[in-house]
Amino acid sequence: MSAAVKKKKAAANQASDDFWNLRLYVAGHSAKCVAAVRNLNAFCETHLAGRYRIEIIDLLENPKLARDDQILAIPTLVRKVPEPLRKIVGDLSSAERMLVGFDLRPASP
Amino acid sequence: MAKPNGKGSTARLTKAPTGIQGLDEITVGGLPKGRPTLVCGAAGCGKTLLAMEFLVRGALEQGEPGVFMAFEETAEELTANVRSLGFDLDKLVAQKKLLLDHVVLDSAQIDENGEFDLSGLFIRLGYAIDTIGAKRVVLDTIEALFGGFSNQAILRAELRRLFRWLKDKGVTAIITAERGDGTLTRQGLEEYVSDCVLLLDHRVIDQVSTRRLRIVKYRGSAHGTNEYPFLIDEDGFSVLPITSTALNHVTSDERLSTGVPHLDAMLGGKGVYRGSSILVSGTAGTGKSSLAAHFARASCARGERCLYFAFEESESQIVRNMSSVGIDLRPWIKKGLLRFVPGRPTSTGMEMHLALMHRAVRHFQPRLVIVDPISNLAAAGALRDATAMLTRMIDFLKTEQITAVLTSLTGGGEAKEETDVGISSLVDTWFMVRNSERGVERTRWLYVLKSRGMAHSNQIREFLLTSRGIELRDVPPQPGSISGRGGARTGARN
Repeated sequence: MSAAVKKKKAAANQASDDFWNLRLYVAGHSAKCVAAVRNLNAFCETHLAGRYRIEIIDLLENPKLARDDQILAIPTLVRKVPEPLRKIVGDLSSAERMLVGFDLRPASP
Repeated sequence: MAKPNGKGSTARLTKAPTGIQGLDEITVGGLPKGRPTLVCGAAGCGKTLLAMEFLVRGALEQGEPGVFMAFEETAEELTANVRSLGFDLDKLVAQKKLLLDHVVLDSAQIDENGEFDLSGLFIRLGYAIDTIGAKRVVLDTIEALFGGFSNQAILRAELRRLFRWLKDKGVTAIITAERGDGTLTRQGLEEYVSDCVLLLDHRVIDQVSTRRLRIVKYRGSAHGTNEYPFLIDEDGFSVLPITSTALNHVTSDERLSTGVPHLDAMLGGKGVYRGSSILVSGTAGTGKSSLAAHFARASCARGERCLYFAFEESESQIVRNMSSVGIDLRPWIKKGLLRFVPGRPTSTGMEMHLALMHRAVRHFQPRLVIVDPISNLAAAGALRDATAMLTRMIDFLKTEQITAVLTSLTGGGEAKEETDVGISSLVDTWFMVRNSERGVERTRWLYVLKSRGMAHSNQIREFLLTSRGIELRDVPPQPGSISGRGGARTGARN
């Protein structure tokens, strides 16, 4: 897992309302953080394929952002767009809860 | 009675002075340095102020920068709230002596999904500490986290980790917490922070509010065990240590004039002892305040400051009344030697009152204190409280070698040789002033009921309030009187 910013772009969709901009705050490579990144990637590929962008922020490298972005819990996932702003804390182990948390219907197969 | 729990342990605990008046005395030097202290109490009892003052004084007086992590108030609110106490947080922040971080908790926005920890909080706090090189940290009120997250097991484990982490960081920390029902804190934080626990309390008894502080626990240190009244006013937080120094104050052989030559003459020609307490009691309109004003003038004329607690009349009223008997107090007020502290004791609690007086004395550093009258204090609280309070006040003044003149209004038509508040045994010199009607004239009389450690007159003198001040006149001995001048040496000097 890299701490670098990961971008998965779907340029055509970026401006539309349906495009998801996600930020995942982690602290180093703890088991919880590694699991969260894995779970998030899997979730997005399943439910948001082609219309999401994940930015991973390692607070150990950017400690200032903990205050600027009001982060306490690790990992924390923040959805900036589409609105409303949503925060999910935890290793995102339950895809079902993610769907509920993001107010999404399961993607059609 | 405040008594230390014992001598400090062999490995002396280092302490971080709070700089808060009185608190360092009862904690024998401050809070445990490099360790967390828990400050608990109900809402509105002053936890945040105490914590903030700890940081501000630490930054200003100890050169220790501090981080204030606020879970409830924003930086702007905090800054505005303490501005009235004379703390300029903006300036301290600009000078990098203080860092304010407002933690926003909005549980409605947060969904929990799986395992998490509070590393973000640790990183955030660690970064804040490192940014300004903080030596002090306040977490106010960290229990708010329990409202922000639902997984209590994780929170508890993380708080335990946090307090250990703070210790490892070596910062002196204050963690505030709300008082719980039957427990010190709502979330049982006292389990985690066990080095030092302070409890603040704000009680209202008989419509009079009193704030109190108690050290519940202070591991490895001697500390006061009482409940101490404390004040929050324009100078910040101050705790009143009721260290009843009782009888170990030094006594002085120096004599001071009462300001009335005839009265000095009645006291062996030399007046009262410095640092002694003098009671002037009598019925209404007998000239007690006038006598007190003589003391004040004499003190100022010696170049010694005098603090006058006026509980019955305003400053201007007293000044006017005194000028009518030839005592002009205005020049002394102008010179800053005489200061009046007005106030109605009934408007605040006893403890509060004592604390206010204590503070006024500390500030002004007078050599003479006048309380006119003390009988109004009895009206403020229960009799027992009033006596206890005066005892402490007198003890305090004696310790500081400040002479005290107390006036007392005795009730009823007949002057009794006992005062309302029963402090007669505490005073060293006691003047009685009484009225009597003779024909169409009302006459005032004065006598020395007692004066410890000196020869004094046993005679009753006529007491005249003239336009040149008080004059005492010999009364022709009544038939059968055996008293003469001079008199017995009574009482024991301690």
